[in-house]
Amino acid sequence: MKTIVIGVIGADCHAVGNKIIDYVLREHGYNVVNVGVLSSQEDFINAAIESNASMILVSSLYGQGELDCRGMREKCVEAGIGDIKLYVGGNIVVGKQNFDEVKERFIKMGFDRVFAPNTPIEADLPFIKEDLGE
Amino acid sequence: MSRYLTIDIGSTFTKLVAVDSEKEDIIATSSSFTTVATDVTIGYKKALEKLYDSLGEKIKFDKIISCSSAAGGLKMCAIGLVPELTVEAAKRVCLGAGARVDLVLSNHINRSEVEEIKEKKIDIILLAGGTDGGNSECVIYNANKLGEAGISIPVIYAGNKSAKDDIEDIFKKYGMNGYFVENVMPEINKLNIPSAREKIREIFLKNIIEAKGIKSIENEIDKVILPTPESVLRACDLLSKGYMHEDGLGEIVCLDIGGATTDMYSMSSPSAKRMDVVLKGLEEPYAKRTVEGDLGMRYSATGVLKALSEEEIRLIDEEFDIDLAKELNFRNEHVDCVFEDDAKEALIETIIGGICVDKAMYRHVGKLEEIFSQMGLIYNQTGKDLTQIKYVIGTGGVLIHAHNPTQILEKVKGNNPLVLRPRNPKYLLDKDYILSSMGLISEIDPLLAIKILKKHLKEI
Ligand code: B12
Repeated sequence: MKTIVIGVIGADCHAVGNKIIDYVLREHGYNVVNVGVLSSQEDFINAAIESNASMILVSSLYGQGELDCRGMREKCVEAGIGDIKLYVGGNIVVGKQNFDEVKERFIKMGFDRVFAPNTPIEADLPFIKEDLGE
Repeated sequence: MSRYLTIDIGSTFTKLVAVDSEKEDIIATSSSFTTVATDVTIGYKKALEKLYDSLGEKIKFDKIISCSSAAGGLKMCAIGLVPELTVEAAKRVCLGAGARVDLVLSNHINRSEVEEIKEKKIDIILLAGGTDGGNSECVIYNANKLGEAGISIPVIYAGNKSAKDDIEDIFKKYGMNGYFVENVMPEINKLNIPSAREKIREIFLKNIIEAKGIKSIENEIDKVILPTPESVLRACDLLSKGYMHEDGLGEIVCLDIGGATTDMYSMSSPSAKRMDVVLKGLEEPYAKRTVEGDLGMRYSATGVLKALSEEEIRLIDEEFDIDLAKELNFRNEHVDCVFEDDAKEALIETIIGGICVDKAMYRHVGKLEEIFSQMGLIYNQTGKDLTQIKYVIGTGGVLIHAHNPTQILEKVKGNNPLVLRPRNPKYLLDKDYILSSMGLISEIDPLLAIKILKKHLKEI
C-alpha cells in the first residue's frame, strides 16, 4: 500500500477539503498520513520520511500558497527524500490569475503536478496512479 | 493489617519508610549512607537498624519493595529517525521509564556515535525509527551498525513493525542481546509508551540491578524494583488522578532539583485547553517527565552558568550583590560542599535552585506560536498547556532542606502569554521524603498510598 502525506500548508485553516481528500484517498486504497491544517513544510517532510511516503499532497486554500510552498523541494532533497512526488492544489494563489502562468511557477519550484481551483480530488486520482507506477 | 517496608537506594543515601496499612500511615523512616561501591547491603542494614530503633522493636514486614537510582541510575541511549518524531518518541519513553537519556541519536548513526554508547557506559539502547509500514531502511542500517561494533548491552527494538524480521536476523547474526516491543510511534505523532516501558523495567530488574551491585539485597526484597524516578512518576500519577473514592489533586507538577540534574514531572491532560489553538507535533502523555542533565546544584552548576545569558547573570549579580559565576564554579569544584546556617549562602542556594526550576520548566512546558490570519489571531501549540496546574510539589534533598522552598518553587511561574507555564499554583513540599516510597506502595495498595500522600504533602 502506497503512503501519501496530506495537509493544509502555512497559516491556512480551511479544514473541510482536507477531510474529504483524506476520505477519498483512503477509499481508493492509499495509506493516508494527514498532518492537518496549519502545517509547516517540515511537518509534511518529517511525516513523509518516517512513513516512507511516495507522495506529498499539499493543499492551500487561502491564497498564500506560493509563499508557503517556496523551497519545499529543496528541503525534501536535503532530507533525503528528493525523489518524492509533490502535488499542490486548492486555491493556490490570490484572485483570478492566469492559471498556466501560476502552474509554470509552481513547476519551477519543483512540484510535479499543480491543480487549478475547483479541481475535485477525484480528478486527481488517475495522475496519482500514473505517477506512483500503479 | 499489613506492614510494608520501602527502600530507596540513592547514590548517597539509602532511605527506608515503614508503613502500616491499618493506621494508614507511616510508622517510621530512617536513612543511612549508601555504599554502592562496596556493598549496598551495608547501608541498607544500618538504615534498618536505625528504623528498628525508632520503632522500639524488630517487626516483620509483609512486603519489602525497593527502588534505586544508585550508580548513576539507569543510563539509556535513544535512537530514532527524524529528531521531532521517532527520536523524540524514543526519548520520551526512556524518560517515562525513569531512565537518564545520556545519548540521543537520529538518522543513520556513525561509528563515533556508536563509540559514544560504549564510552558513556549506556545500560540499555532503545532503537526506534519509522512508523509501522513506514521507513525501515534507516533502522535496519542502524541495527547493523550496532552489531558490527559488537554492542552487547540490551537493545530494545521499538521501531517499524515491518522491519522486525530483518532486525531479528541482525540480532541473531551478531549474537546481540535483543528484545522486541511495539513501535513507540506506530503512526505519525502517535506516542505509544507502555510496551517499551514495561520492557525497560524488566531489563532493569534482570540485568542492571545485578551490574550495579544491588543484587546483594535482592533476596531480602520481595519484588518490584523500579528506577526511582519511575516510582516518583507513579506516585504523582496516582496523586493526580485519585483512586476509587479517594479524590486526586487534579493537574499537578512535581520537581526535584539534584546535584547533577533537575527532574520535572507534569500530570495533566494533553488536550487543547482553549478554542484558539491547534495542537502540533508529537502527542503528549498525561504523565510526562523531563530531565535536564545540565541543570543542578553541584556537578551541573557550570551547566547552570551556561544556560544563563550574560545579561541575566549581570542582573542577578547586581540585585543580590554576588558573583554568581564564581559561586557556581565553586560548587562545581566542591561537589560535597554543604552550607550550614549561613544566610548569604542560603540565599545563593535559593537563587541557583530558582534558576534550575525556571530553565527546566521553560524546557518542559508547551509553547504557542502566533499565526496572524484574517480571522484574527490563532495559535499553534506544541507541548503541554500547564497554565491551569493546581499544585506544584517539591521533592528531593535540595528543596526539602531549602530555607525558603517557596521562593525556589515559584520560579515555575512566568507571565509570557506564549509560554504555557503554571499561572497560579499552590505549593506542596514532600517534607518527609515519601514520594518515591509511595510510588512503590501504590504497586501493592494504591488506596493506602494516596491517603498517605495526601496526609504528608504539606502546603507551604
Ligand atoms: C468555509 C470557508 C472559510 C471558513 C473555513 C472554516 C474551516 N475551518 O474550514 C473560514 C470562515 C474560517 C474562512 C476563512 C478565510 N477564508 Co475562506 N472560504 C471558505 C469557503 C466559503 C468554503 C471552503 C470549503 O470548505 N470548501 C469546501 C471544500 C470541500 O472544498 P475545498 O476546500 O476547495 O477543497 C477541495 C478542492 O479545493 C480540492 N483540493 C484542495 N486541496 C487540493 C490539493 C490538490 C493537490 C488537489 C488535486 C485538489 C485539492 O479538493 C478538495 C475536496 O474536493 C471558500 C469559498 C469556496 N466556495 O470554496 C472560502 C475561501 C477559500 N476563503 C477565502 C479567504 C480569502 C479566506 C480568508 C483569508 C479571509 C476571508 N475572506 O474570510 C480566511 C483565511 C483564514 C485562514 N487563516 O485560513 C478565499 C480564498 C481566495 C483565494 N485563494 O484567492 C475563498 C476561495 C473565498 C473567496 N472566493 O474569496 N474561510
